[in-house]
Amino acid sequence: MRLVIRNDADTVADYIAEYIKERINQFKPTAERPFVIGLPTGSSPIGVYKRLVRLCNEGKLSFKNVVSFNMDEYVGLPRDHPESYHSFMWNHLFKHIDIPPENVNILNGNAEDLQAECERYESKIQSYGGIELFMGGIGPDGHIAFNEPGSSLQSRTRVKTLAYETIIANARFFGGDVSKVPKLALTVGVGTVMDAREVVVIITGANKAIALAKCIEEGVNHMWTVSAIQTHPRSLVVCDDDATLELHVKTVRYFKSIEQVQDEMIGRENLGLYGQVAGPLKYKNIPSGN
Amino acid sequence: MESSSGSITQFYNCLVLKDHNLVKDYLYVQDGKIIDPAKMFWEEKRTPDVRIDCKGGIVAPGYIDVQINGAFGYDFSNDTDIIEEAVENISKGLLLQGCTAYCPTTVSSRPEVYHKVLPHLGPRKGSIENGAAVLGAHIEGPFISPQKKGAHELATLRTAKNGLSDFDECYGLENLRKYAAYVTMAPEVEGITDTISALIKETGISIASGHSNATTAQADEAFKKGANMITHLFNAMHPFHQRDPGIIGLLGASDSRPFYGIICDGIHVHPHSVMIAYYAHPNGACLVTDAMSAQSLPDGFYKLGEMDVDVHGGHVYIKGTNTIAGSIATLAECVRKFIKFTGASKVEALENATLHPAQMLGISDKKGTLTHGADADILILNQDLDVQRVFIAGVEATSNNVRFKQKL
Repeated sequence: MRLVIRNDADTVADYIAEYIKERINQFKPTAERPFVIGLPTGSSPIGVYKRLVRLCNEGKLSFKNVVSFNMDEYVGLPRDHPESYHSFMWNHLFKHIDIPPENVNILNGNAEDLQAECERYESKIQSYGGIELFMGGIGPDGHIAFNEPGSSLQSRTRVKTLAYETIIANARFFGGDVSKVPKLALTVGVGTVMDAREVVVIITGANKAIALAKCIEEGVNHMWTVSAIQTHPRSLVVCDDDATLELHVKTVRYFKSIEQVQDEMIGRENLGLYGQVAGPLKYKNIPSGN
Repeated sequence: MESSSGSITQFYNCLVLKDHNLVKDYLYVQDGKIIDPAKMFWEEKRTPDVRIDCKGGIVAPGYIDVQINGAFGYDFSNDTDIIEEAVENISKGLLLQGCTAYCPTTVSSRPEVYHKVLPHLGPRKGSIENGAAVLGAHIEGPFISPQKKGAHELATLRTAKNGLSDFDECYGLENLRKYAAYVTMAPEVEGITDTISALIKETGISIASGHSNATTAQADEAFKKGANMITHLFNAMHPFHQRDPGIIGLLGASDSRPFYGIICDGIHVHPHSVMIAYYAHPNGACLVTDAMSAQSLPDGFYKLGEMDVDVHGGHVYIKGTNTIAGSIATLAECVRKFIKFTGASKVEALENATLHPAQMLGISDKKGTLTHGADADILILNQDLDVQRVFIAGVEATSNNVRFKQKL
């Protein structure tokens, strides 16, 4: 797992947007071989979406050959409800970019047979050969998608009952009325996210600090479902300084030092996207001394 | 799931007038209507076929003028023999100015004039071929006050002591039903207030109070009976007096208040009076030009109804008098002047020429709005509210595809 620490939410969004742009462009997607991306909703990704839109308008990025799968959707909320995740994705991303509508996948929370809808979703992901990069945010309780604490780390796409805390937290989007918040959602499972060839998680703000510490400093635990990324072969967590408040100083310094050492000794220009050294390992400044 | 075939146009790089705000957004049009783009994307799996760069401008509904007597040399009350030609050329000329819908207005006339012209002033769709949409006639008079006749001809004025039959005799009730949007009358004229309810019920038209010496009590009674508009506020009415503010007093009511037309050309109404009206009832303002045949023509002598008028330096007078007789303003000018006079926001000024007149006529689901399903009558304006581009029923109107002539 890589942990990249930036000063604030804006620079975190800069980093991730740039990263995703590079990943898509280096992938050189075509209609036959599209780049398959998993996408979240919520407050964390808004800044990233803004930047992806800007990159798209500047002609530096195209979603023409990108296929997207969203993480989750409420059950029973009309598609055109302002708080539906369809509306969220339309307003923050899809209406601004060149993604073909047929490439966009979001779970249908109004399907007659919800179970069948979840199975259809999983097999559609499989039909594209799986997800190349899954981007996610987390809740203060460390949940990824609607995989609330206690969710199986092997879980697949399914109907999920929302935790009481999530309902209270989301009431602000429904006029402060807890009774109006949908109690069920369809969500990809932790297993579905972890099957992606790469997982990128955005964690910003002091209110996510405990979750970040639980997820990366303690064991893999279904009460903090994002902790599953510890066993993922290619995962990246990008957080801001505020989110590191509950981490050990040692942890923060270690991950900061990785970037620092790379910068000083190898040079950022010699590093690949995953932090690997591109080409033969050459030191930029060999420490002198006898 | 219904699917559609028509080409979809997206307006981008613009501020869209939406929900009483200017919002950085897009606007989508298909088959002459404004469409819901989320439905297009999620259900029809479609993206826009044509994109229009608005260059950072404002996208607003087309202007609606509910009081205009003529323009480009034509006059709805005077050109009775060539009335179709008048409607055609005025509709096209107004369209190019950014006025996409209007009520052709007649001054007080003899019955034979109404029977002759009204059938040509009825509702007509807006299009490149037709020009601006016609919303039905605004019939001003002749049931108005002799004391407040303004530029109307005294000999034509009438009373309604026999009730509905007087209206039938004057206009023809069938003509009102089919061709009129609203009628301006004076509540204090004999028989009027007692007949308002029946007239509305019988014909479905709307009623405005105007050219009237009504006291506030009389105006209020007419309002309660259904006369829910005021014609050119301040002009041709009982002036404001502290113990009896006349029709103007309706703007000070604490419950419901009528819509009011106001001629914001800087001549008919003092800028401070515009400000007072705006403060009193901002959501009721409807900017009207009250333009006459010389609008867009050079200074000189013209006809208003059957009267000769003298047009010079932006003023219109009945020949040889100092009675003002209509304006030569465009609605686009009135919108800009409204901001200058009141300091109102662009949104408020634009809504005074779009949403409010549409609400006044009960057509705000189709006109004066950019809501989904409304007619795609659209203006692109710059930040100074100069009209840059005009679209009617989703098609751009230019001097190449909309040709009209002036009558000199």
